Amino acid sequence: MPLVSTNRLHKFFGKNHVLRGIKLDVEEGEVVTIVGRSGSGKSTLLRTLNGLESIDDGIIEVDGAKLEVDCADAASLRALRLKVGMVFQQFNLFPHLSAGQNVMLAPQVVKGTAKNETEDIARRMLERVGLAEKFDAFPDQLSGGQQQRVAIARALAMSPKVLLCDEITSALDPELVNEVLGVVRQLASEGMTLIMVTHEMRFAREVSDKLVFMHEGKIHESGDPQAMFARPETPEFASFIGSLN
Amino acid sequence: MMSFSLWDIVRNLLIGGALTLLLSLVAFVLGGATGLLVLLARIGKWRAPRALAQMHIELFQGTPLLLQLFTLFFGLSLFGLDVPAWLAAGLGLTLFTSAFLAEIWRGCVEAVPRGQWEASSCLAMTYWEQMRHVILPQAMRLSIAPTVGFAVQVVKGTAVTSIIGFAELTKTGSMIANATYQPFLVYSLVALGYFILCYPLSHYAQSLERKLHAAR
Ligand SMILES: Nc1ncnc2c1ncn2[C@@H]1O[C@H](COP(=O)(O)OP(=O)(O)OP(=O)(O)O)[C@@H](O)[C@H]1O
Ligand SMILES: [Mg+2]
Repeated sequence: MPLVSTNRLHKFFGKNHVLRGIKLDVEEGEVVTIVGRSGSGKSTLLRTLNGLESIDDGIIEVDGAKLEVDCADAASLRALRLKVGMVFQQFNLFPHLSAGQNVMLAPQVVKGTAKNETEDIARRMLERVGLAEKFDAFPDQLSGGQQQRVAIARALAMSPKVLLCDEITSALDPELVNEVLGVVRQLASEGMTLIMVTHEMRFAREVSDKLVFMHEGKIHESGDPQAMFARPETPEFASFIGSLN
Repeated sequence: MMSFSLWDIVRNLLIGGALTLLLSLVAFVLGGATGLLVLLARIGKWRAPRALAQMHIELFQGTPLLLQLFTLFFGLSLFGLDVPAWLAAGLGLTLFTSAFLAEIWRGCVEAVPRGQWEASSCLAMTYWEQMRHVILPQAMRLSIAPTVGFAVQVVKGTAVTSIIGFAELTKTGSMIANATYQPFLVYSLVALGYFILCYPLSHYAQSLERKLHAAR
């Protein structure tokens, strides 16, 4: 039984058929990287997985939390979002709260955890991303890399079963990319289930258990990253690899 | 024959000025509280309150304050309700203020970036949890400068209530001007009175604006 599974997933933006029947299974502890050209639907796929985008057909199931087209009510959305964490390209930290408060907010408000306990959680999560000493710093006092690590800590504080990462290093200065990738690498080695979209191909090949190539709203080719890079099966993926260098 | 010393003029104007200040405060405080309710209805999820709030805003933004006061003052008396000038003035300005503040604040809520909604959605927060903990605190910060700026409009708006006979600064001024035959002196003093009330506010609004820009 996979931890995350989608079937017959379809999504339209107006007449634009963006997801065309996605079937994706992710096992617990698996690291899956989604690649593809701009506009192929990578972000949209990730965003449907926690209900940020509604779906027009199909089913999403994460660790027993089910989302179907005709029963996407508030309760099932909430159940799904409690299982799925997400980190964005633009960090989206809450600017009026300190790093610690950013991490504490959701456990406190959503789970009703007591304040001293959430503070414990926040300190542990910030330590996990190497920012224990930044508990009281505000987002605008942190570098992009540090902000992104706080965003990861904030997602982890809700103990999600799976973490979605959409190009989380794309908005960073090149010298800050590695500190964030380092945290992701560590999460992967700790057995966190990860689904990410990235342009860092070398990193993707190194940490991913599975590579998914999206093309025109479909999973065009997928499998073991090393094998796929060595022997691309479809001309589209071959030309995608070719365009990387 | 009565004669007026300068002190008589100033003393009467001070009383009128105090009423202007009081009316402004009442309108601003009650209008702010009402405006908050209108705002919450306007941005909430329930359809009927949203439509009502929208109507309220359009009605009071789309008609002159003067006519709103006339309608309250003369209209209600048609139904046998005897509305004193101070009540019509206070009520009219409160409603006027609530509509404008609700709209100003809605702009501030919408100025909070979409990413803030998405990030808090991902953390499984409900709509009102997002509002309370993420969106409104940021909107509030954005709203301080325009809100203080609007307070200046409220102070100046109180002058209109002189027409229904409320004895605030302008009305007091016109009565004294008629009695003393010194309209230039009296109205200059009246203008000075408004300036003294408004200047600190607009100055404060500007410095807040500067601070907010500097912080970005
Ligand atoms: N909110 C939206 N409204 C309308 N169309 C959208 C919206 N979001 C995405 N699209 C469209 O859906 C298609 C897929 O977009 P998506 O963002 O999923 O692509 P992507 O693979 O993530 O691309 P990129 O590599 O540029 O991030 C594109 O054609 C895009 O224009
Ligand atoms: Mg994208």
